Amino acid sequence: MNQLYKLEKNDLLEPLNYGPVSRMDLIKYSGASGDYNPIHTIDQSAEEAGLPGIIAHGMWVMGSYLKIFYPYLDSHFIENYSIRFSNMVFINDIIYFTAKLTDIIDGHYIFELIALNQEEKQVLSGKIKLAPV
Amino acid sequence: MFFDLIGAKSSKVENVIEYGAVKKFSDALNLPIHSLESVKEDSYSVIVPATFPATFDGGKIPNLNLPHEGLIHGEQNYYYNRPLSIGEKIYCWIEINDYKEKKGKLGDTGFLTQTMYGEDEDGQLIFSEERIVIISQKVREGIK
Repeated sequence: MNQLYKLEKNDLLEPLNYGPVSRMDLIKYSGASGDYNPIHTIDQSAEEAGLPGIIAHGMWVMGSYLKIFYPYLDSHFIENYSIRFSNMVFINDIIYFTAKLTDIIDGHYIFELIALNQEEKQVLSGKIKLAPV
Repeated sequence: MFFDLIGAKSSKVENVIEYGAVKKFSDALNLPIHSLESVKEDSYSVIVPATFPATFDGGKIPNLNLPHEGLIHGEQNYYYNRPLSIGEKIYCWIEINDYKEKKGKLGDTGFLTQTMYGEDEDGQLIFSEERIVIISQKVREGIK
C-alpha cells in the first residue's frame, strides 16, 4: 500500500530535481516518440527557427514530470492530465518538479502541478487527477 | 483556411500497445515501467505512461496541411476512463474541434484544437488526447 491516503490538502509530493537536460535525453525521446522535429536535437535547425538553442520537446517535459506520481500508480491511475506550456526548456536546465494536493473528492486526488527551472520560472502549469484503479 | 476544417475527422487506425515501445518510451523519460511500490511487492503490471498516446497513429485529416516547423505547442490534455494495457489494440482517430484567431502584436494568431480519441475493440472510449497548437500569421502565410 502506498502513502497517498496519508496526504492532506496543500501537501507537496516528494520533489525531484530533473537534469541537467542533455542533448542525449532529447535524442532518446525523439527516437522513442517519433517526434523528429530537428529544433529539439540539431543546433543549426534551432538557430534557423530563431531560437537561442535547441529546446526540449514539450511532451518530453510533460512525460518526465510523471515520475513523481509513480509511487502512487499501483492503487490509482491518471484520469486527467492537463497542462499549458509556459516557458521553453533548454539544454543544461535543471527542472524542479513537485505537485500540491488541492482537493480529494470521492477517492480522486487532484494536484496542481509545479515545474520550475533554475531561474524559478514556471515551465508548465496545470493539473493531474488520480482516480482509484 | 482552418475554419473550414472544424468538425473534420480522420478514419480510425488500429494501434497495438507493444511492450518494447512502452519500455523504450519510459526509458527515454527516466520512468520506471512499474509503480515503485508494486515492484517491491513483485507485481508485474506494466504502467503505460499517460502521455504514451503521443506515439499513436490517429490517421490523417483530409486537407489539413500543418507545417512541420513554426508551430507552437500551447496545451495538452489527457482524459482517461481507464489505464492502457500492454498488448491491447486501440482504435484511434483525430477530430478538429475548434479553430479561432486572436489579434496580437505579430498579426492574427491562430489556435487550432485537435483531439485524438482512442477506443477498444468493443467501441468503448478509453482516452482522449487534446492538443492546442498555436499558428502565427507568418507561419499561416507560408502555407498558402
